[in-house]
Amino acid sequence: MKHIYDMVIIGGGPAGYTAALYAARAGFDTVLLERLSAGGQMALTGDIDNYPGFEEGVDGFTLGMKMQQGAERFGAKTEYAEVEGVDFSGQIKKIKTNAGDFSAKTVVIASGANPRELGIAKEKELVGRGVHYCAHCDGRFYKDKTVIVVGGGNSAAADALYLSRLAKKVYLVHRRDTLRATKIYHEPLMKAENVEFLWNSTVSDFAAENRVTGVILKNVNTGNETEIDCDGVFVSIGRKPATEFLGGAVELDQSGYIVADESTKTSVPGVFAAGDVRTKSLRQVVTAVADGAATVHHAEEYLAEIE
Amino acid sequence: MSVLKVNKENFESVKNSSKPVLLDFYADWCGPCRMVSPLVDKIAEENPQYLVGKINVDEEPELAAAFGVSSIPMLVVMKNGEIVNQSVGAKPLPQILAMLEG
Repeated sequence: MKHIYDMVIIGGGPAGYTAALYAARAGFDTVLLERLSAGGQMALTGDIDNYPGFEEGVDGFTLGMKMQQGAERFGAKTEYAEVEGVDFSGQIKKIKTNAGDFSAKTVVIASGANPRELGIAKEKELVGRGVHYCAHCDGRFYKDKTVIVVGGGNSAAADALYLSRLAKKVYLVHRRDTLRATKIYHEPLMKAENVEFLWNSTVSDFAAENRVTGVILKNVNTGNETEIDCDGVFVSIGRKPATEFLGGAVELDQSGYIVADESTKTSVPGVFAAGDVRTKSLRQVVTAVADGAATVHHAEEYLAEIE
Repeated sequence: MSVLKVNKENFESVKNSSKPVLLDFYADWCGPCRMVSPLVDKIAEENPQYLVGKINVDEEPELAAAFGVSSIPMLVVMKNGEIVNQSVGAKPLPQILAMLEG
């Protein structure tokens, strides 16, 4: 007889471990499935200064470990497994992983999001050879070099600012003629003498031999192409939700996010979506942990109905 | 076996080991490196047939440059002194083992 959990949680970021904490405290028989290590996208971030309770800020990796330990204190378990597919057609939900199958009455999908790629030729083969998605991880290899940051949102602006303190020259390439990033970034970026803005431009190709030597930029208004020499390219054009493994088992929006409101209820009763993977307007650690708590509240209601 | 701290001094003997070698290029400030680190420890402990080493890129910039490291964590598999496999970014345990077995 297959063990049937009250709740299986997919993903060990802030949403997942908050769900695990609340589930364990509610007395649920629960397990959290994580492919790698606690923290999710947080662990790729340097200092987190907007998560309350840490007056000096906290690094993302440490916060992830603390959230895991907090949940495990009440008996939550972690299994290191990568989810390969799901079957939500019956009342008992099935989750297929590379470490065996799991069955549960309720499921929390907290699989988060990954950096969006440019989607151009040679990009994949140049990862680690001049193409990067994490300025905080790899920026230090570009001390006194020339780098390009692609994007115009908050993370692109933060990356450009961070890199401007290390690199000799930073080009910020954005497809519009103004930044989408919040005002707090504008002034320091404009003041940084080694940051140059290349507006209305997209990267159409890489110049590369064994590693990146430059990029081909295309002006979105004129169609003109120009080559810029650089040592590295940091891609910061947003995120894509990690929902491919679901295979259409729950309703997604056009961008691939799971359709769910503040209740975290998805199109399938008993299946909840928490954190960045859900349709929402603000994707932050604080909003992810709020979702994690909501899942357990609504899962309790659901379990009371079916039992 | 425990993980060997690899530096300029012992690198030649590590490289020329008769066992397949797994090298983990990392830094203390890098989150994904800290995710991979316990997995590399586990591989070292459970697989005496491999020589497993960690190279701190801040302490060993010459070794990092020699391997062309510009993204960490970077995992390199060497056999008979030659690089046979390498990858950047945090990977789950089975994928790291597959790099060694492949």
